[in-house]
Amino acid sequence: MADQNLLVMNGNEFTFEPGETILDVARRNSIDIPTLCHLKGTTPTGACRVCVVEVEGARTLLPACATPAGKNMVIQTESPKVVEARRTIIKLLLASGNHNCAARGSDEQDWTAFQLGVAEDDRSDQLCPVWGDCQLQDLAYRYQVTGEGLPGTVVNYPLEDVNPFIVRDFSRCILCGRCVQACNEVQVNKAISFGFRGSETKIIAAGDKPLKDSDCVFCGECVQVCPVGALVEKNVRYAVRPWETERVRTTCTYCGVGCQIHLHVRDNRVVKVTGVEDVAPNYGSLCVKGRFGYNFVGAPDRLTRPLVKKEGEFQEVEWNEALDFIAGKLTAIKEAHGPDSIGVLTSARISNEENYVAQKFARAVLKTNNVDHCARL
Amino acid sequence: MTNTIACVEKADVILITGSNTTENHPVISAGVKRAVSSGRTRLIVVDPRRIKIKEFADHYLRPNLGTDVAWINGMMHVIIAEDLHDKAFVAERTEGFEELKAMVAKYTPEYVEEISGIPAQQLVEAARLYAQAGVGSILYCMGITQHTCGTDNVKSLANLSMLCGNLGMPGGGVNPLRGQNNVQGACDMGGLPNVFTAYQPVNNEDASRKMGAAWGLDGLSTSIGMKATEMIPAAHDGRLKALYVIGENPLVSDPDLNHAEDCLGHLELMVVQDLFMTETARMADVVLPSRCFAEKDGTFSNTERRVQRVRRAVEAPGEAWDDWKILTELSDRLGYPMDYADSEAIFEEIRQVTPSYAGITYQRIDREGLHWPCLNEEHPGTPVLHSAQFTRGKGLFHAIEWQPPAEVTDQDYPLYLTTGRILYHYHTGTMTMRSKDLMERAPESFVEISPQDAATYGVADGDRISIASRRGQIDAQVKVSRKAVTGTVFIPFHYAQGAANKLTNAALDPVSGIPEYKVCAVKLMPGS
Ligand code: SF4
Ligand code: SF4
Ligand code: SF4
Ligand code: FES
Repeated sequence: MADQNLLVMNGNEFTFEPGETILDVARRNSIDIPTLCHLKGTTPTGACRVCVVEVEGARTLLPACATPAGKNMVIQTESPKVVEARRTIIKLLLASGNHNCAARGSDEQDWTAFQLGVAEDDRSDQLCPVWGDCQLQDLAYRYQVTGEGLPGTVVNYPLEDVNPFIVRDFSRCILCGRCVQACNEVQVNKAISFGFRGSETKIIAAGDKPLKDSDCVFCGECVQVCPVGALVEKNVRYAVRPWETERVRTTCTYCGVGCQIHLHVRDNRVVKVTGVEDVAPNYGSLCVKGRFGYNFVGAPDRLTRPLVKKEGEFQEVEWNEALDFIAGKLTAIKEAHGPDSIGVLTSARISNEENYVAQKFARAVLKTNNVDHCARL
Repeated sequence: MTNTIACVEKADVILITGSNTTENHPVISAGVKRAVSSGRTRLIVVDPRRIKIKEFADHYLRPNLGTDVAWINGMMHVIIAEDLHDKAFVAERTEGFEELKAMVAKYTPEYVEEISGIPAQQLVEAARLYAQAGVGSILYCMGITQHTCGTDNVKSLANLSMLCGNLGMPGGGVNPLRGQNNVQGACDMGGLPNVFTAYQPVNNEDASRKMGAAWGLDGLSTSIGMKATEMIPAAHDGRLKALYVIGENPLVSDPDLNHAEDCLGHLELMVVQDLFMTETARMADVVLPSRCFAEKDGTFSNTERRVQRVRRAVEAPGEAWDDWKILTELSDRLGYPMDYADSEAIFEEIRQVTPSYAGITYQRIDREGLHWPCLNEEHPGTPVLHSAQFTRGKGLFHAIEWQPPAEVTDQDYPLYLTTGRILYHYHTGTMTMRSKDLMERAPESFVEISPQDAATYGVADGDRISIASRRGQIDAQVKVSRKAVTGTVFIPFHYAQGAANKLTNAALDPVSGIPEYKVCAVKLMPGS
């Protein structure tokens, strides 16, 4: 018993593996400790301190994400002291920029002026673009905090939207550093880092250049991990609300990695793509094609009707007519020249089921082994 | 891949060759970069271009185009000469070592330097690292296969991996990175002229009888069919009268496009099933609208043999049909009814006739895909191949000599051209070029040349230039880049305007039928 790795959390005993943090043990046992800056698989930075817990015998509250689990620790994850600390942190964060959702709250007379100011910065008269999909807002709600009574910090860095994919809104950045961890430690693109100091601190690409002129490859990992509305997909910003969309899990159609993705669908259109976290092979990561290359799905020039060429021009026909025409031609060619005068090119972009049917079509119906795909090309 | 994507991060040393990993398989490249940055893993990159991943490498070797067999033999020469090979693995698990040893004897680092241009000392150091660092993983892509000697290149990499006992080990293996998302599946499903599903040969009596029985037919053809690259010329000389094309665009992706277009013009019937009016569809007699991945159910098999679900998210536009539905409707009319309720029903039939997929069900892969071979419903799948033995029993070393590429430079065509992909586009661009956002990043074809070549030809970044080979001529924008090595230029093949494949050579690898996209001779004509 004495050698076992045991600790007590909220009155219950749990075992742990050496190397696990308090947060790891909590999550494994469905104890909810809130986090903002913590990013699984990367070095803990302890930047936000929202995850603090009370450990018996420790002089201060300790960040659960960065504190190794220790033998016989006695931990409280939601004690009055912990809650008080979290409320203060959340309050400060709410006051730190344009957090103009209802959660921000404000003193009566400032509210309208503040909203008008934000609306100008945002070039929109809506509330924050990630309203309803923001971890800071969730925490404010959970701990019933507003930014009231604190003067709002004014952020002077203008919004950056000079690339096709990502809008960087520094006025909503809480400097949690998750994007920096994601870019440097997960995707290892090393495009962004913390720049400047003190109250001037900003997430910058080398030389404080716009992303489009930096080493950024627009994988969008940073957007996916940003807990607030500081990094948003350009096509989604003020266009898509999270509760209006439905998520469908599928496999990326581009390269052979086969990343697992969620297609976010609204009104029969794919409006956003995210990586599926916690599952192989990509564990949430994607590349620019997988994340941003979905426009072809609903493109206006998709083929919608069968076409048969008549006197050099394509004409729309019914399926029956097209299929009868092909069947007649194939039968005649097969009779006149034998089955091996017909070839089928199947595809590395269609499903297994469709490839199976395609080769069966060649072999069982046409009676030829002339079937191949262009993957090697 | 013999191993998994996650395995890459368990390697002690990774050898990347002929793969521009950060642009073509970004998510795998992230794993490589993480492993290297953590200090656990060393990296060797061998590539004719100074690609991004090279910045993470301990050793970067730059071979002349088409000299892969030579440098691989050279590494094996060093490893054997310095007695660094895995003698136990070689003795227990392989055959043909003595022949290999005799053959590589002449590939001294100095001899290899003459052929490949890789300085002898660099080759020696890279060989030592690969042999001594523990478990080694080899990652390769089309830079290895798209050569007249592509099959030889692949076998040579397998030689190198076996020699160091790296096959069948977590973190090891020889790992081709598939460029298109279901290449693996198209091959597994028998979308090849010589095999049924799971690589059962069409000219094997038993396999043919078994498949005939499953399909309720006797007398399936046992003669091997034509490869894609053989069908095109066969159209020209009249042996092929009809071509049925599903979701492919050979009129951008094929080599020597001018000739390919001429060939297809001879067909009596061409049918194209696709999402868009592609370059190829325009030449067809009938064009049929099909559904894209977001509109259908099914499975894809990724590069690590993991079978994963595809799920319908949106309705297809207009009257677009599933590709399988079009084919079964047609087969009904041709007197062989195929009746499937849905894609799962097809998958159930696949399981019956495909031993390596027998244990996979839609339900089992609902959350996370399984790696084939997966022999029954209790089988956990096979992340690492060859761990106890090779498919044929012992692993066979192939003693392979280097041969020059089909076309080399000369006075008229003094520069080498190599082709490939870029980050922002996919294959022939049918899908990615419909994104104005991706187009904004990569709007048009370009020719990447070294600063020195730019000076020689008196061209600057952004100039337009003509490039010609013996087969054709295109215009493209000049992109001066330190990625290019003087004497070799690069053009991405995605674009129909300024199509690299108007220039490429249709010379084929005799075994795989893959054309030599990676090497041909060209000339630059500034100001024309
Ligand atoms: S998009 Fe990717 S590369 Fe660019 S900053 Fe974000 S994480 Fe880094
Ligand atoms: S941009 Fe988002 S992820 Fe990055 S530091 Fe700011 S709030 Fe955190
Ligand atoms: S998201 Fe990118 S890396 Fe992943 S499968 Fe798609 S194309 Fe490949
Ligand atoms: S989540 Fe632990 S310090 Fe931020």
